[in-house]
Amino acid sequence: MNAPLVDTSVSQRLGIVDCDIHPTQRSVADLFPYLSEHWREHSKSIGPHIRQGLAAMQAYPRMMAAGQRADAYPAHGGPPGSDLDLMRRQHLDPAGVETGMLVALSKGGMEERNPDYATALAHAVNDWQLHDWVRKEPRLRAGVVVPQEDPAFAAREIRERSLEPAFRQVILSPRSIEPLGRRRYWPIYEAAAECGLTLGLHPAANGANPSTGGGWPTYYMQEHYAFGTNMQSNLVSMVFEGVFERFPRLKVALIESGFTWIPAMCWRMDRHWARMRHEVPHLKRPPSEYIREHVWFATQPIEEPENAAHLPEIIDWIGWDRLLFSTDYPHWDYDDPKYCIRFRMTEQQRSQLFRDNARALYGLT
Amino acid sequence: MTRHVVAAADELAPGSSKLVMVGGREIVLFNLDGEFFALANRCPHGGGPFCEGVVTGLALSDGPGRYRLERAGEFIRCPFHGWEFEIRTGQSYCDPRSTRARQFNVAVEHGDALAKGPYVAERFDVSVDKDYVVVEV
Amino acid sequence: MKVPFAGAIDCDLHLPSPSMAVLMRHMDDFWREQFVTRRIDRMDFQLTSFPPNTPLAMRDDWRAPAGEGETPLDKLRREALDPFGARIAIGSILHGAIGLYNEDMAAVICSAVNDHLARDWLDHEPRLRGSILVMGSSPDHAVAEIERLAADRRFVQIILPVMGDFLPGKRQMWPVYRACEKHGLAVALHAGSTYRYPPTGSGWPSYHVEDYIAQSTAFENAIVSFLAEGVFNEFPDLRLVCLESGFTWLPTLLWRLNKEWRGTRQETPWLDRPPADVVRERVRFSLQPVDAPADGALLTRTLAHIGSDELLLFSTDYPHAQFDGDNALPEGLPADLQRKIMIDNPPACYPRLAAEAKEIAP
Repeated sequence: MNAPLVDTSVSQRLGIVDCDIHPTQRSVADLFPYLSEHWREHSKSIGPHIRQGLAAMQAYPRMMAAGQRADAYPAHGGPPGSDLDLMRRQHLDPAGVETGMLVALSKGGMEERNPDYATALAHAVNDWQLHDWVRKEPRLRAGVVVPQEDPAFAAREIRERSLEPAFRQVILSPRSIEPLGRRRYWPIYEAAAECGLTLGLHPAANGANPSTGGGWPTYYMQEHYAFGTNMQSNLVSMVFEGVFERFPRLKVALIESGFTWIPAMCWRMDRHWARMRHEVPHLKRPPSEYIREHVWFATQPIEEPENAAHLPEIIDWIGWDRLLFSTDYPHWDYDDPKYCIRFRMTEQQRSQLFRDNARALYGLT
Repeated sequence: MTRHVVAAADELAPGSSKLVMVGGREIVLFNLDGEFFALANRCPHGGGPFCEGVVTGLALSDGPGRYRLERAGEFIRCPFHGWEFEIRTGQSYCDPRSTRARQFNVAVEHGDALAKGPYVAERFDVSVDKDYVVVEV
Repeated sequence: MKVPFAGAIDCDLHLPSPSMAVLMRHMDDFWREQFVTRRIDRMDFQLTSFPPNTPLAMRDDWRAPAGEGETPLDKLRREALDPFGARIAIGSILHGAIGLYNEDMAAVICSAVNDHLARDWLDHEPRLRGSILVMGSSPDHAVAEIERLAADRRFVQIILPVMGDFLPGKRQMWPVYRACEKHGLAVALHAGSTYRYPPTGSGWPSYHVEDYIAQSTAFENAIVSFLAEGVFNEFPDLRLVCLESGFTWLPTLLWRLNKEWRGTRQETPWLDRPPADVVRERVRFSLQPVDAPADGALLTRTLAHIGSDELLLFSTDYPHAQFDGDNALPEGLPADLQRKIMIDNPPACYPRLAAEAKEIAP
C-alpha cells in the first residue's frame, strides 16, 4: 500500500491561513436585514438576472453533491457554507485554521446584470459577511464583493469598506465582460491600491462570455478546466494592458486556479513581448517581472503530477514567497492541508506556504 | 491483531454501510449482498470521510455517447473529490497501482463462538443467539 | 543552436497566401464572376490572427522580396529548406477564406488554395508536403474537400484554426475526422482564430500580443475537448497535431487533466484511462515557438515534467519570427531527443510519411 505523505502534525505545529473559504446564505432572506424594502421586494418579485440560460442552477451540473463536499450539508438544512458552527467543527478547528479568508461568491452582485441591484447586493453581502461571520468568528476575514461591471460603484464600496479592518481584500470574478486588465476596471484598482487592499481574483460559476476562446464546452470537466485558462488570460490582460505600471502598489492574488502554469506562462509572455513590445510601449519591463512583484497564487486545486517531486521544482521557479495556501471549503475540490501536500518542504518553506506569505500579503497579525 | 465485535449483523441490511469506532479508529462497514467489508474512514487521496460518500456502481461505456452502470453497490465514491474505491478491495478505480484505501479483515461470527473469546466488544453486550460483525485491527 | 544534421522533417512551414487572381484560375465561371463583380477579388483576406507586418509575422531578414530572377519557390529553398537541411517540409496556407460566414464561398476559396498549393508548390519541389485547408464551420464542405484530394498522397494533414465556430472535439466535426482517419491524414490545429468568440473566456483583449499569447490556452481547451468528447475513442488511428501552439505549458495540462478525470470520469465514461496517457499517445506538438528561457536548463526540466520524448515535431514556423539566425533548435535538447524530434517523431505521427518511408526503404 502506498499511503500519501501525511503530516498530521501540521495543524498542531502551525496555524494555517486558508485563503479560500466560501460562506453562503441559507437563502436570500439572510440578506434582508441589509437590503432596503425596495430591494427586498425586488429579490422576491423580479429576482436575479444573470448571463446564462439557466437562472438558478448550474448549466454544467457538478459530479458530486452539486459541487459541494457531500459531508458539508448542515443537518438542519441550508446549503454548505451557511452554518458557522459546522464550518468551525468541520474545517476551522480540525484544519488548524488561524485565519480564514472569506470569498463570498453567492449573491454578491458580481454576476447580476441589473446595475443597481448588483450594487445593493454587494453592499448587503459585505454587511452580512461582517455581522454574520467575522464579528461572530474572530478567525475569519472578509473580502469586499463589488458590482464589478459598474466600476464607479465598485470603487465607492471599496473605499467605504476599507475603513473596517475586517475587510482584507477585494474579490473580482475573472468571468468578466471584458478581460480584467481593460481600462473600464481601473477605478476598481485605483481604489484598491489607494486603500491598500489586495485584489483577489476568484472564478464565478457563470460568465459573460463563452468559457473558452473556441466556444462553449460540453462537459463539466471542460468547464472546470477552463477556470485555469481564464485565470491565465486575466493575468496576461492585467500585465499587458499596463495595470501594474499604472498602479505600482497594487497586489493581486489568483485564487482557485492552481499554480503550476505560472512559469511557462511567464516564459511565453516574456518571449512574445520581446518581439511585440512596440505594440505595448507602456510596459517598461518583461512581463514576468511585474508578476514576480505584484502577484500571489493560492494553491488549490493543487496539481497532482505523477511524480510529486516535480511540484517543488515549479515552486522554486515561482518563488516560495508567492504561494498562499487555500482549501476552497466547502466545495468538492477541497484541499485538506493534512493530505494535499505530497512533497517535502523545509520548515521555512512550510511556514511560508501555509501561513507567512498570506500574513504578509494581507497584513494579518 | 485484536478482534473487535463492532455490530450485530442484522444492524446492516444488504447495501447499507455504518461508521464504527474501533480502538479510537474510524472504520466504515459495508454489507455488500450479505458479505461484510471494512475500510478506514479516510480516503487515501484527500482525506474525505467515506461514511459520507455514495455507495454506487461503475460508470462504463462502449464508446462516446453510450453509457451504462454496472456492479451497482460495489463502489464507494469519496464525498470530496468523487474518487471511486472498490469496496471489496479498497482499490482506487482510477489509480489502482498507487492508491488503495486501508482495509480490515471482517468476519461474521455467532454469539456462541464469540463467547469463547478473545474479543473486544466496545459498546454492547454479545448475546449467544445472534450473529456479529467482527473486525480485526 | 543550429540543426546538427540534415534530414529533418519540418512540420510547420508557411507558404505565402496567394492573390485572388491566382486563386481564380482554379475556380469556375460563376465564382470568378462573383468575385470580380463584387470586388472581392481586390480584398486581401488577411486574418486578424496574423497581421502581416508585425515583428512576429515575419523575420526581418526574410521580409525582402524574392531576388532578381528568383521565384517564390527559390526563395523558400534558400531561406527555409536548404539552411535547415529539411528532407521534408509540410507547407500550409492559412488563407482568410476561413473567416467568411458564407460557407459555400469560403469552401470554393479553400479548394482553390489547395489546388494552388498542389500545382504551384508541390508539383515543383519534391521536399514539400501539403496541408488541406478546410472549413471547420462547415463539416460537409470539409469532408467533400478531403475526399476530393485524398488520392494526392502529398497532402498529409488537414489544417484548421484552433479557435473556430465551436470547440473542435464536438460531434459536428466527427465526419471530418472519420474521413481523415480513413485516408491516413492527421488533424492539425494551428494557432489562430476566426473570432466567432472573443479569444479569452473574459472577452476581448486590447492588443495583438495578448491574442497571440492566448493561443496556448485555446490549445489546452481544444485538447480537453477532443478528450472529453471521445474523439480519440471513436477514431483510434487519428492523430491530433498542434501547430505553433507552444508546448512548455504541457505539464500543467497533463497533471490537471489526470486529477480532474478521477473526479469527473462518470460524465464521460468512454474516457477509460488517464487522459495524460492519451495525450502522450495521440497528440503531437510542433517545436516552435519554444516558450522557455534561452539558457536551456529550465527547458530540460520541463521536458522531464512532460515525461515523453515522442511529443515534439521539428518545425521552423518559417517565416514567423520564432528564432534568430540558423538556431532552429533551442538550447537544452539532449542529442537523442534532437534525433527523435527531427527524424523519428514526424513519421510516427503522420501515417502518410510513415508509408513513404516504407516505400523508400529497400
